[in-house]
Amino acid sequence: MAIVIIGAGQAGLQVAEALRSDGYDGAITMIGDEPRPPYQRPPLSKAYLLGEFTEAQLTLRAPEVLARKNITLLSGVSVTAVDRAAKQVRLSDGRAIDYAGLCLATGSRPRPLPVPGADLANVLPLRTLADTRAIAAILPKTERVLVIGGGFIGLEFAAVARKLGKEVVVLEGAERLMPRAVTPMMSEFFRKLHVDHGVAVELNAAVSRLTGAEGKVAAVCTADGREFPADLVLVGIGILPNVELAQATGLECERGIVVDACSRTADAAIVAAGDCTARRLPDGSLLRLESVQNAIEQGKSAAAALLGKERPFVASPWFWSDQYDVKLQMVGLANGHDRTVMRGAPASHKFSAFHYRGDVLLAVDSVNRPEDHMPARKLLDQGLSPSFAQVADLGIPLIAR
Amino acid sequence: MPKITYIEPNGNESVVDVPEGWTLMQGATSNGIDGIEAECGGSCSCATCHCYVETHADKLAAASETEEAMLTNVAAERRPNSRLSCQIKAIAELDGMVVRLPAAQS
Ligand SMILES: Cc1cc2nc3c(=O)[nH]c(=O)nc-3n(C[C@H](O)[C@H](O)[C@H](O)COP(=O)(O)OP(=O)(O)OC[C@H]3O[C@@H](n4cnc5c(N)ncnc54)[C@H](O)[C@@H]3O)c2cc1C
Ligand code: FES
Repeated sequence: MAIVIIGAGQAGLQVAEALRSDGYDGAITMIGDEPRPPYQRPPLSKAYLLGEFTEAQLTLRAPEVLARKNITLLSGVSVTAVDRAAKQVRLSDGRAIDYAGLCLATGSRPRPLPVPGADLANVLPLRTLADTRAIAAILPKTERVLVIGGGFIGLEFAAVARKLGKEVVVLEGAERLMPRAVTPMMSEFFRKLHVDHGVAVELNAAVSRLTGAEGKVAAVCTADGREFPADLVLVGIGILPNVELAQATGLECERGIVVDACSRTADAAIVAAGDCTARRLPDGSLLRLESVQNAIEQGKSAAAALLGKERPFVASPWFWSDQYDVKLQMVGLANGHDRTVMRGAPASHKFSAFHYRGDVLLAVDSVNRPEDHMPARKLLDQGLSPSFAQVADLGIPLIAR
Repeated sequence: MPKITYIEPNGNESVVDVPEGWTLMQGATSNGIDGIEAECGGSCSCATCHCYVETHADKLAAASETEEAMLTNVAAERRPNSRLSCQIKAIAELDGMVVRLPAAQS
């Protein structure tokens, strides 16, 4: 039985390696349209542009390791169609490969900026190593950086650009930063952090068009008539899951390729993992996560499912972000919380916010408090809720030793 | 390039030439050494790159406050020689160093 994995990113690699560690010794073919072996994306908006990493250090596995594990990697080739009746994928180079089991790990792509002028030169997304190289090439000639979108990637890039001495403006369309991902208190903490580091943060800023000179971007205009001059515009307004292959072959897609907790689709031969998926929760709702942990956990589940085993994704979701000297670590999902208990004071830049519904802990956001984040993961995974008093008192450990 | 020996939980020993400036975590993961997960890719955010430093401890800089905090909650037993391998950079003086990997990272 041959297994084909579409997409050679964090999730695809995880599936391939988990298949091997679960004892599968048949053929594995992983097909990726980027011209290189799987690499890490998180440093692209963090240390990488500061020159703290080389490209080789971003690579997750040396190609020899994949060869040793007998994982065939086809790079720089894309899958153009999945034929479920024939159990075959078709490639951009004309080849066709048969599968007994298939994993869709196609990831996501930056949401395009839907305004005039978005196609001018020096208007760039930040998703791939190629994107980062393009940014690195023009950064030295750049004085004014404009970031469209105050989400994680935009803000991490803003922090890097400030460290490199650039003038930085962040335009966010919503009334607060990272509105989908963090609570209003945390949005305000990060707004202040960036302002204190010299970034101009403009909220409620609706970008209406970009203007240019000689084909290059020169300014970004907002609907209320303001104009922000810029040499480089970074567009970070979210992602779109790559669902087209799944959709074309009739698999259910809604905000992502719909999978269950074990990464299975409705087709018994097909699983999906990572950014391209939306996971059906027990209450029927769909959860889309865009994180390394999700790619790894769903990857492990997907590999197990292909081998006929159930390994549901049950861990609490967690995520991190590094901006300046602040490390944000988040675990759980705060949606629906009705009470927040603070451990430490935001002014100290070392605190955690514990979000509860009633007396049930839902999520914990930690700023420079890894000593809270790690126990919080344990508590949430075990369904335990520390008392409000325990959380509020820095002198009491979260987990009794 | 300093040679680093990694001893996996099953007793397997691998000697890896880790380029200077790379972390011990990168030396392990890029060479496919099982026993280091490194979910956060070296951002000192996940504690799944835990190792026990068996030799050359005197040549290492002390762990940062963040690393210390992460170490308090590693999955396997924390010992006095516990470190996060993503926070140790390979330098010439570490040639011949031996690290042991714990049975569990998560
Ligand atoms: C700049 C940046 C910073 C980030 N920072 C963090 C962070 O701090 N913490 C965190 O948890 N997460 C972070 N993330 C998110 C994390 O990197 C992603 O969630 C993760 O990479 C998802 O893995 P994936 O394998 O699903 O998708 P990807 O890594 O995108 O891999 C999918 C691959 O499939 C390829 N592909 C798509 N369609 C086809 C096709 N038809 N044929 C062949 N190949 C195809 C794509 O080109 C891509 O190479 C960050 C992401 C970015 C871009
Ligand atoms: S790789 Fe995550 S803490 Fe070392």
